[in-house]
Amino acid sequence: MLQSKGYTIITGWLETKGFRPFLFQEQTWERIIKKESGLVNAPTGCGKTYSVFLGAIIDFINHNPESYTTKSNAGLQLLWVTPLRALAKDIGRAMEEVIRELGMKWKIGIRNGDTSVAERNKQKKQIPEVLIITPESLHLLLAQKGYPETFRTLKILAVDEWHELLGSKRGVQVELAVSRIVNSQWSLENTKPSVWGISATIGNLEEAKEVLLCPLNKTGIIVRATIKKELEIESVFPDEIEKFPWAGHLGIKLANKIIPIIQQSRTTLIFINTRGMSETWYQTLLNVCPDLAGSIALHHGSIDMELRTWIEDNLHSGNLKAVVCTASLDLGVDFRPVETVIQVGSPKGVARFLQRAGRSGHSPDATSKIYFLPTHSLELIEAAALKSAVKENMIESRDPMMLCYDVLLQYLNTIAISDGFSPHETFKEITSTHCYQNLTQEEWEQILHFITEGGNAMHQYDDFKKVEIEDGICKIKSRKIAMRHRMHIGTIVSDAMLKVKFLGGGYIGVIEEYFISRLEPGDVFTLAGRNLEFVMIKDMTALVRKSAKKKSIIPSWVGGRMPLSANMGKKLRATLNQMATKQRSQTEELEILEPLFELQRQLSHVPKENELLIEQIETKDGFHLFVYPFEGRLVHEAMAAILAYRISRIRPITFSFAMNDYGFELLSDQPIPVDDTNVYDLFSPEDLLNDIQRSVNNTEMAKRKFRDVAVIGGLIFQGMPGEKKKARHLQSSASLLFNVFSEYDPGNLLLRQSYQEVLDQQMEEARLRDMLQRIQQSDIIITFPQQLTPFCFPIKVDSMREDLSSEKLEDRVRKMQQQLETGK
Amino acid sequence: MQNPVPHIIRNHTFWVSPERCLLWEEENTLIVADLHLGKSGHFRKAGIGIPQSIYKADLQRLMAQLYLYKAERLIIAGDFTHSTANKELDLFLKWRKDFSSLHIDLVKGNHDILADKWYEEANVKVHSWKMQAGPFIFLHDLKAETKLSTEERKMYRFTGHLHPAINLKGKGRQSLKFPCFYFTEEYCVLPAFSRFTGGFQVTPAKDEKIFAIIEDGIMQIP
Repeated sequence: MLQSKGYTIITGWLETKGFRPFLFQEQTWERIIKKESGLVNAPTGCGKTYSVFLGAIIDFINHNPESYTTKSNAGLQLLWVTPLRALAKDIGRAMEEVIRELGMKWKIGIRNGDTSVAERNKQKKQIPEVLIITPESLHLLLAQKGYPETFRTLKILAVDEWHELLGSKRGVQVELAVSRIVNSQWSLENTKPSVWGISATIGNLEEAKEVLLCPLNKTGIIVRATIKKELEIESVFPDEIEKFPWAGHLGIKLANKIIPIIQQSRTTLIFINTRGMSETWYQTLLNVCPDLAGSIALHHGSIDMELRTWIEDNLHSGNLKAVVCTASLDLGVDFRPVETVIQVGSPKGVARFLQRAGRSGHSPDATSKIYFLPTHSLELIEAAALKSAVKENMIESRDPMMLCYDVLLQYLNTIAISDGFSPHETFKEITSTHCYQNLTQEEWEQILHFITEGGNAMHQYDDFKKVEIEDGICKIKSRKIAMRHRMHIGTIVSDAMLKVKFLGGGYIGVIEEYFISRLEPGDVFTLAGRNLEFVMIKDMTALVRKSAKKKSIIPSWVGGRMPLSANMGKKLRATLNQMATKQRSQTEELEILEPLFELQRQLSHVPKENELLIEQIETKDGFHLFVYPFEGRLVHEAMAAILAYRISRIRPITFSFAMNDYGFELLSDQPIPVDDTNVYDLFSPEDLLNDIQRSVNNTEMAKRKFRDVAVIGGLIFQGMPGEKKKARHLQSSASLLFNVFSEYDPGNLLLRQSYQEVLDQQMEEARLRDMLQRIQQSDIIITFPQQLTPFCFPIKVDSMREDLSSEKLEDRVRKMQQQLETGK
Repeated sequence: MQNPVPHIIRNHTFWVSPERCLLWEEENTLIVADLHLGKSGHFRKAGIGIPQSIYKADLQRLMAQLYLYKAERLIIAGDFTHSTANKELDLFLKWRKDFSSLHIDLVKGNHDILADKWYEEANVKVHSWKMQAGPFIFLHDLKAETKLSTEERKMYRFTGHLHPAINLKGKGRQSLKFPCFYFTEEYCVLPAFSRFTGGFQVTPAKDEKIFAIIEDGIMQIP
């Protein structure tokens, strides 16, 4: 490679800019020249774009040594898939600069939801050499007639931020697109493009690579950047641990402590876990330090795009002192002025914590600085756990999704619009992807039956029309259906959102419809840091006026309640082990928490790594059973239901539940029959699946999952802009469809998928099973404290209660009937 | 299936059936609302694969009720069909021939947009927005009552349109929604006959009666 013309030109060009290529970049170039595929593992801001992009250029120069500066209209060379629209522009600009300085004729195109029709048509006429595209737009491209022609000349298919896509349905979209592109080039040219992923570090890099390269049937290699970033983690301590409200989960009392941090650094990002809480923090910071007005901002998913862009621009230019934000700023372009990051509350996972920390100190040699601010004192042990997890680089895995029938249905409709597909060939192609490798012939038939016949029907009285079969090719011929499908390509399903506007005009942001629907005119709520009085809803817009009222409702947005990751749970248990065994060389956080642990020891017990603590406490509320597996709230929620069910088999008994990321509670009005003799059986992994089905109301959970599945799978038609009225007779709610399918087509694949998603995602069944197996190997310690302990107190706060009773449905309804509130 | 429950309105007896219909005993008349016939077909025509058995089941339920009570007349308080004509409606026409002696009255609802010819063929007597029968008046949408005369307004009204449902709440976060009949002193709102319909949550005031349809039975509240 070193002698090649391309390499000489590129290194020469880098030298004029005062750069030398990193080792991992050179390694990638070498592999690209050899037409290999693989995965580049590099953190952001270290030239990962250059690794693959410059490789493509070197290769092009090597093949056109004389004409590389004059050759234009060379056809698509590099397809660059990125999950973020916002990144596309920056990457495009960087690429254009290289092309210009090298004097080449390549064109760089961007294709996403913002691309204008004129621009798209231009790209259709003359395809640029580099196309930067989102997974959704890529599928739209596959919906165009004659799309295989576009990929005839493609040399490299690069997927940026692959770690972000893997583990989501967007990742599945990418898998499908890769399989289609690779095979359409093969059928035209008998060649295959190289496939390259670019990923930050995750726990399962090897698997990440395999998933992406699966359709190529190649192993590929991983090129790792060895650049290590320095990271400093510091906790914000409350003055006195006793004073700190164990039960309060705001931590807002510590707000005054972060003012000096903000003032000392150039720009600070303050990460808050939920949108609702970020509104509260923004207000509080302004109250505590009015001087900040004008130099701090609030950034979250419900805030107007324009305002968000303004905030991002001002982050770039360093005009903002601090930004209170949510996961909305987790990803995206780098803001160089950011020197400090503050994480409020548990980040729930090591990867997310590192990602947020990495938002600060962006030049390669700078140190990232992150402060951890606990929202209740016990959370300080997470800081200790995080420090040790970061040291050991214990980063979570992203598990790829399997057998997403909804995405497959959508995809088949997509390729049925453009050139159509042959069922036999396509089955082979689809099962070459990781996601669908286990798709059975039977399931495939069922899917085909669903798109061509609409499931079982009374043929004489049916006019189902979607995919038609003509000469063995499945096609969508109705223009109307094709158009409707194009509008619905994508796997991100959002809640019905309303725009929020001032009466006199002026756009503030968007808000979930269900929140607004609960408001009466005159009610005051907070959005984007402003108090707004709700006036009325008109044309899908909530009209508001400014309010001087102090009191307002802060919208509680659904979601945003991530459970603690498995890695974090493991680290937490190890950290507690230090406290239990009173090891020296403890971190600052643990020293400060010592009084709390002393009390816990006195009243109950601090569990070692190989112990599970169970506390039985009697209060005036009744009989409590607290269990501390440290496995995150989802696993706890499922475990609480299963445990309640298993106990109720010993004796009929009704419980209410509460849980947080550390443990869960069962509460009953009678003593709970759990003791040394039966406790291992109660936590047995045996018969788990059946017990889940009997104990958890998974129908309700599946119904919620079905909403997304039905939208992606094309069952729910959301209407087209400007065509709302015409489509009225096609409206139906997901819960209605769920009931219809449950009753009249119980074997439906989308229904099945919803239940599977509940098991995998809502209950984290695999993790639940691991936990039970772990518990079987541990000592279970049951204590009987005289009062509530430091461990159980925070659980009382998180009191999402669900009732499980061994009574029959009818009796339950009778009971409910008595409690029915009338006249309200 | 449990037995229907009698409910007396202005000295007439109405049997409240868990099959989402009322039998008017004195007139031997079955009263329903919001059948939305052909709704699944409308979805299917647009490429949305709703199982068609739901339509068949709705029709069969209607037929079973007519047989059971040997009803001579069927009053439909609006939304008889869902949208424009489709093949599913042909099945109704075929079925209609077997019930040719049955008298059908339709008070048009917002979904009833078929051509007059179709109703003629189906032998359905169409009333543009109201119909009187004995001391009762039938409307689709209760809101239309403002157009009634003072005399008519004294009469008890039977309506549909709303697809009423009741939320029964228990302690904690339990809550379940059931379709229901909604009776006040002045009017009644019938549940949607079709099972392929959603529900609008109602909350009864004092003196108002709810008959919730729970599984296969009727539960009166309060």
